Amino acid sequence: MKPIAEGLFRMTEAGPRLIGGRRKRDGKIVFPLPAGAEAAQFDPVELKDRGTLWSFTVQRFRPKSPPYAGDDDERSFRPFALGYVELPGEVIVETRIETDDFAALRIGQPMALTLQPFGKGGDTVTYAFKPA
Amino acid sequence: MTDVHIVGAGIHPFGRHDDLTGLDQGVFALREALADAAIGWEDVQFAFGGSSAAGNADALLPRLGLTGVQFINVANGCATGGSALLAGYWAIKSGEFDLGIVVGFDKHPRGAFNPEPAAWGLPEWYGETGLMLTTQFFGNKIARYMGLHGITPMTLARVAEKAFENGARTPHSWRKQPVDAATILSAQMVSDPLTKFMFCSPAEGGAALILASERKMRALGLAGPRIRGAAVRTRMEGSFEVFAPSLDIVRGPSPTQIASKAAYEMAGVAPDDIDVAQIQDTESGAEIMHMAENGLCADGAQEAMLRDGETRLGGRLPINTDGGCLACGEPIGASGLRQVYENVQQLRGRAAGRQVETARIGYTQVYGAPGLSAVTILEA
Repeated sequence: MKPIAEGLFRMTEAGPRLIGGRRKRDGKIVFPLPAGAEAAQFDPVELKDRGTLWSFTVQRFRPKSPPYAGDDDERSFRPFALGYVELPGEVIVETRIETDDFAALRIGQPMALTLQPFGKGGDTVTYAFKPA
Repeated sequence: MTDVHIVGAGIHPFGRHDDLTGLDQGVFALREALADAAIGWEDVQFAFGGSSAAGNADALLPRLGLTGVQFINVANGCATGGSALLAGYWAIKSGEFDLGIVVGFDKHPRGAFNPEPAAWGLPEWYGETGLMLTTQFFGNKIARYMGLHGITPMTLARVAEKAFENGARTPHSWRKQPVDAATILSAQMVSDPLTKFMFCSPAEGGAALILASERKMRALGLAGPRIRGAAVRTRMEGSFEVFAPSLDIVRGPSPTQIASKAAYEMAGVAPDDIDVAQIQDTESGAEIMHMAENGLCADGAQEAMLRDGETRLGGRLPINTDGGCLACGEPIGASGLRQVYENVQQLRGRAAGRQVETARIGYTQVYGAPGLSAVTILEA
């Protein structure tokens, strides 16, 4: 299993955790952890793996490549839900949403972090949230 | 200090023009504005101009004549036109100049804008996993607003229906075929809850305005609406903008809310005083949310207002009388000036076929990436 990007999430004994950044100046939390010159302003922080759905939409057509790197094509593309999940007291993160029942999604519903295979063949995974 | 008036206005019709460059359309609009004010290019003391994707605006100069005029290129994302207008306003307000021009034009490739993560300071995975589409931002933003304020998909459809209805009455619009709400609602879904008829498309066009001090206006025997308020504002902490992998839990005001407040204060008018408004409608949901962000109604009131036709021509507060971005398309550099052009026509009683009777105060708001908004308030 290979993360789609280094430093995006890590495995813990209790499951995967997204890695955010806590700004040293004021404690504000952002996601993802900033890289490059900006990184010095932040401390890495493991984010909660549970939250509530803040908003959502459905991607109905295959996004343009690049930048999209799914291993599907126009024909095999399947619409996917995405949106924002509020991690209480931390930050609201954007995420793919793992569900086939788009009509059942509701703002405020409980969500839990998961990993899902993503494109690029092999065993690459990205993060997602699913209804909890 | 002097008042600033708009004494001439020109536009190149928006849409697709395969045989014309963006620059051609800017030159056309500029010449039309000069003719409207009956002044010559050599009379122009300054110009501010911008284009997002169609080259340097000052490439207009060889086409019009190299008079040595002060020309400043403006690049300010989706508020490029609005920023050019604001710069022109200050140039005259300061007392430094009497007569100038602001111009915007653009020409974009077909289809949605195709951004690169690095250009936005974002990591590659964000684009790779299919999260970097402007259409998703609009879907997410309106979905939350609908959930919080009880707006239904039918209201989104009514916004688009009105846009195409108004576009059919407007010479400079692109989309001239009315489309009924049922068709809009059942069309192909792009990013839920928004269907393809609820989104504007990148397009082409140009718009230009001649600005004059009150004294100069009188000396030239001209007339035109007075700029009572103008403001550009950028995003604050806690606003929700395009391409945001995370958002603050503590929500802040939108750039539109603060630009709007500043413009009302400067103009000394209240939302109730507005007779006609052109507001950013990148998609149907944007018009709904911007009605409230500009103080034109309370959150949630849009449902009844659209149902009762209050924002249609003939309604209490006509909005996007030329069909807005939905019917005109969105050439980024020209879009904000197109709104002001439309209000100038309305306030001069020249909006044949879509005229808002007795319109005296006109409001415009253009909003866009990377999170900025420009507002103007004009008085006939």
